[in-house]
Amino acid sequence: MSHPLSPNWTRILRWSAPILALPLTACDWVVMNPSGDIAVQQRDLILISTALMLLIVVPVMALVVFFAWRYRSANKAVEKDYDPDWDHSTKLELLIWSAPLLIIICLGALTWVSTHKLDPYRPLDRIDAKTAIDPKVKPLTVEVVALDWKWLFIYPELGIATVNELALPTNVPVRFDITASTVMNSFYIPELAGQIYAMPGMKTQLHAVANKPVAGVGFSANYSGAGFSNMRFGYKALDPAGFDAWVAKVKAGGANLDRNVYLTLAKPSEKAPVAYYSAVDPKLFDAVVNLCPKDGQRCMGELMHINMMGGAGKESARETRGLKYDLPNSHVIEQSDENKGQETAPDAPGAANAVPADHSSHSGADAHAQHR
Amino acid sequence: MTGTLTTTQMIFGRLTWDAFPWHEPVVVATFIGVVLGSAALVAALTYFKLWGYLWKEWFTSVDHKKIGIMYMVLGLIMFLRGFADAIMMRLQQAWAFNGSEGYLNAHHYDQIFTAHGVIMIFFVAMPFITGLMNYIVPLQIGARDVSFPFLNNFSFWMTTGGAILVMISLFVGEFAQTGWLAYPPLSGIAYSPATGVDYYIWALQVAGVGTTLSGINLIATIVKMRAPGMSLMKMPVFTWTSLCANVLIVASFPILTATLVLLSLDRYLGTAFFTNDFGGNPMMYVNLIWIWGHPEVYILILPLFGVFSEVTSTFSGKRLFGYTSMVYATCTIMVLSYLVWLHHFFTMGSGASVNSFFGITTMIISIPTGAKLFNWLFTMYRGKIRFELPMMWTVAFMLTFTVGGMTGVLLAVPPADFVLHNSLFLIAHFHNVIIGGVLFGLFAAINYWWPKAFGYKLNQFWGKVSFWCWNIGFWLAFGPLYVLGLMGVTRRMRVFDDPSLHIWFIIAGIGAAIIAAGIGAMLVQFAVSIWKRDELKVEGDPWDGRTLEWATSSPPPEYNFAFTPVVYDTDTWADMKKNGYQRPLSGYQAIHMPSSTGAGVILAALATLCGFALIWYIWWLAGLSFVGLVAVAIGHTFNYKRDFYIPADVVTRTEEERTRTLAALGA
Repeated sequence: MSHPLSPNWTRILRWSAPILALPLTACDWVVMNPSGDIAVQQRDLILISTALMLLIVVPVMALVVFFAWRYRSANKAVEKDYDPDWDHSTKLELLIWSAPLLIIICLGALTWVSTHKLDPYRPLDRIDAKTAIDPKVKPLTVEVVALDWKWLFIYPELGIATVNELALPTNVPVRFDITASTVMNSFYIPELAGQIYAMPGMKTQLHAVANKPVAGVGFSANYSGAGFSNMRFGYKALDPAGFDAWVAKVKAGGANLDRNVYLTLAKPSEKAPVAYYSAVDPKLFDAVVNLCPKDGQRCMGELMHINMMGGAGKESARETRGLKYDLPNSHVIEQSDENKGQETAPDAPGAANAVPADHSSHSGADAHAQHR
Repeated sequence: MTGTLTTTQMIFGRLTWDAFPWHEPVVVATFIGVVLGSAALVAALTYFKLWGYLWKEWFTSVDHKKIGIMYMVLGLIMFLRGFADAIMMRLQQAWAFNGSEGYLNAHHYDQIFTAHGVIMIFFVAMPFITGLMNYIVPLQIGARDVSFPFLNNFSFWMTTGGAILVMISLFVGEFAQTGWLAYPPLSGIAYSPATGVDYYIWALQVAGVGTTLSGINLIATIVKMRAPGMSLMKMPVFTWTSLCANVLIVASFPILTATLVLLSLDRYLGTAFFTNDFGGNPMMYVNLIWIWGHPEVYILILPLFGVFSEVTSTFSGKRLFGYTSMVYATCTIMVLSYLVWLHHFFTMGSGASVNSFFGITTMIISIPTGAKLFNWLFTMYRGKIRFELPMMWTVAFMLTFTVGGMTGVLLAVPPADFVLHNSLFLIAHFHNVIIGGVLFGLFAAINYWWPKAFGYKLNQFWGKVSFWCWNIGFWLAFGPLYVLGLMGVTRRMRVFDDPSLHIWFIIAGIGAAIIAAGIGAMLVQFAVSIWKRDELKVEGDPWDGRTLEWATSSPPPEYNFAFTPVVYDTDTWADMKKNGYQRPLSGYQAIHMPSSTGAGVILAALATLCGFALIWYIWWLAGLSFVGLVAVAIGHTFNYKRDFYIPADVVTRTEEERTRTLAALGA
C-alpha cells in the first residue's frame, strides 16, 4: 500500500466496518427481497404506498423546518410580515383538507384492490409476474398445526408429515390450511408470503407460491408463551427434482403419525428437533381443528351439527363428558429424562410405540445449518 | 379447587412463602433497594413531621390543581419503572445472540415486556394526561374546581391503587406473561394458572374505575362550568381536545371493564367466554379489547394535540390558524376512532372486504390529522416564533410524528400489514407516535405550564440537554427497529440465532441509553429549577399567554379567580390584554369551596385490598374489604361537611399580596 493507515485509523475502521457496511446489507432484508410471488407483491405495495405518502410528507416536513426557521423571532427581515390576527384563509383551508384527501383516495383505491387481490383465502391466478397458472396444475395442500412450541406440517396428498421443517416445490401453487393446538400463534414465512393467525378450534388459509430455490426460516409471529422465541422452523423451496428427493427422504423414515404419537408430540416442548413421518392419520388435521384429537373428546363439528338440527334432548344439558379441551397447567413442560432428539414423556399413553423417525441422518442441526 | 382446605389456605389463600421470588437475584436486589428507599422516605417524612401536612394538604385535598400535580407525580414514578423495564428488554435483546440466552429467562422476560406495555399505557400516559387535564381545564374555562371535587380525589386514588397492585406483583407472586392485552386462551386459567393475569385484571379494573369517573367529571366540568360568554366555539383548543378525549374515555372504558369481567369469570368461575372448549371464542376477546384499545390511542394523543395548538399559537404570538377546522378535525377523529379497531388484527383472516373497510377508515383518520398539522404550520407562518423549550418540543413533535403517522398508514394497508404485523416495524411505529406525540407533548406541556403551577420557570440548559438526548436517542433506539422489522424480525423475542441482526440491536441499545440520559437530564432540570427557584421566579403570565389560565397568579390561589372572568373571544386573555384589562382591586366577596375529605383514600385503599385478596384467593378478606367498601361509601353520603367559604378578608389579603408582587415586578 502506498499510504499505510496509522494503527489508530485501522482500529477505527475495524470498529466502524459493521456500521459502514450497513447500507450494503440492505439487499438482505428479507421483507424487502423475498423469493415468493405473494411476498414480492406485498413488498411492491409497501414501496408504492410509501412513495405515495412521501408526496405529501416530504413537503410538509420541509415546510415545518422552513417556517420554523424563517419566522423565528430573531429574523428581523420578516418582521414586517408579522400578523398576529391572521387566522383564516378559505383557500388554504380547502387545500389542507383536500391535499391529504386526494392522497387517501388514491391509497384507498389501491388498498381495496390489493386487499382483494392478495386476500390469503383467494386461490392464486399467477405463478409470478409473467406466468399465469396452468389450470391443470393442482395446488399442493399443506396442513399446518402450531403446537407448543413447534410446528407440524402435514402433506395430505403425499401422506407425509414433518415437524419444524417445511419444504415446498418451486413454481407450484400451495394452499396452507392452518390451525393451532392450544393458543394463538401466527404462521409467517417472510420469504414466501404474509402471515396469518393460527388459532385453536379454527382454520385459516393462506395461498402462496415459491419462485426460486431458497433456504430460509419461518416462525410464529404472535407471542404464545414461554417457548415462543424458539418456535422457528426451517423453510426450503426446492426445485421439482429436489422436492421429490426430499419427499423420498421423509418417506424412508418409516414413522407413523397416529393419534397417540400426535398427543405426545403436542405436549409443550422447546427447540424440538426436525422429525419426519412417512405416514399420517388422514383424519388427524380435522380432529385437531375440531378439538377432538383424543379418544373420548367430542368433535365441535358434530356438536354444531346437533345444535343446528335443533339440539339433543333435555338430558343432554348436563352431559359435558368429552367437551373439556383446555386442561389445567397445559403450558408446563413435563420434566422427564428424554431421549435425545425426541420429546416423549415415558408415562404418556402410547409412548412406547410413539418413536418418531430416526433422526441420525437428518438431525435438527443439519437441517438448520442451511437457514440463513 | 379440590380436596379440603387447610387452615393456612383458609387464611392466606394461595399466598405462600414460595410466592416471594427469593431465587431471582435481580428482583431480590431491587426489593432490598425499594425497602431501604421507602424506609428512608418514611423516616424523613416522620422526622420533618410532614405526614400531617401531606395528609391534610395533599392526600385528602379535592383541589383540582393539587390532584393534577399528584397525577403527574404518579405518572413520573411509574414512568421510571416502565423505563427500567424498557432498558432491561433492550439489554436482553442486545445480549442474547450467538447461542447466549442473555441474562433473563423466559419467565422473567415475558413479565417484563407485559409490564412495560401495561405500565406505560395505563400508569404513565393515562395519569399524565389526566393530571394535565385536571390542572389546566378548570383554569382555562374560568372555573374554581371541577364539577365533582370529591369524585376527582377518589378517581386519583383508584388509579394509584391500580399502580400499587402492579408494583406489588414485582415482589409478591408474578405479573402476567401474556403481552399487554392478555389475549386468551393464553391468558386463560389453563395456560396462565398463576397470579400474573389476576394482577393484570384487578390492577386495570381498580384503575379503570378511576379513569371512567374522572372522564365523567371532566365532561361535566367542561359542559357545565364554563365562564359566562364562553360558548363551545370560544373554548380553548386544549379544552376542546380534552372534552373529546373524555367522551372517548366514558364511551370506551366500560368496554374494557366488561371484557375483563368476562375474562375474570372464565378464570374464577369456570365460564367459557374465551376458552377453546365449551364453545368459547377467543376472537371475541380480541375484538372487544381493541374496540376499547383503539379509542384509547386517541384518548392519549388528543389532549396533546391541544397542547401543541396552545404552544404553537402562544410562541408564534398569533391566533391559532383554522380554529374551526381544528375543532371539527378533533371531533372527526373522535368519531372515526371507533371505526378502525380491526386494523390491529387484519391477520386474523377476516374477508378482504372487511379488511379493506377497516384499512380505509384508518387512512381516513389521517386526513383530519393532516389538517391539524397544516393548521400548526400556518400558525407559525407570519408569526414571531420564540424558541423556548415548549416550542422546541412542538417542532420536534411535528417532524417525528409525521414519520410515525406515515408508517401507521402503511400498516393500515392490509396486505402490507400481513408482512409487517407484530414485527419490530410495528413496535417502531407505535413508539414513533406515542413517544413523538404523547411524550413530546407532555414535555412541551410540563415546560409550558410548570411556571403556572409553581411560579417559576424550568431551567433551560438542562431542558435543552434533555431535548437533544431524547431526539437523538429516539431515532437511534427506534430507527433500527424499523430496519429489523423489514428484516422479518418479530416482537417479544427473547433470543436470536441470526448474527446479522446483532448490530442493529446494539445500536438500539445505545439509543435507549441516550434516552436514559435524557430522562436523567430532565430530573436534573427539575432539581436545579427547584433549587434556584428564586432566580427563575415569574408572575402570572410569563410566556405572554393567550388563554384564561394565564389571567390569574402563578401559582393560582386556591379559588383560581377572585372574580369569574367574562369571555368575548377564543383567545380570552390575549383579548383582555389587548383591550386594556384592569385587574379589579376591591369588592372581594367570600368564595364557596368544597371541603377536603379522606373518604377517597379509604375507599381506594379498600378497593386495592379487595383486589389483592381476589388475586390470592383470600376469600374472607375479599368479602370483608368489599363490605367495608360499600359501608364507607354509604357512610360518606352522611358527611354533610362538604363545603366552606373562604372569607372575603382572606381573599382580599391574597389578592392584595398579588398586587404588591405585580408592583414589585413593575408590571
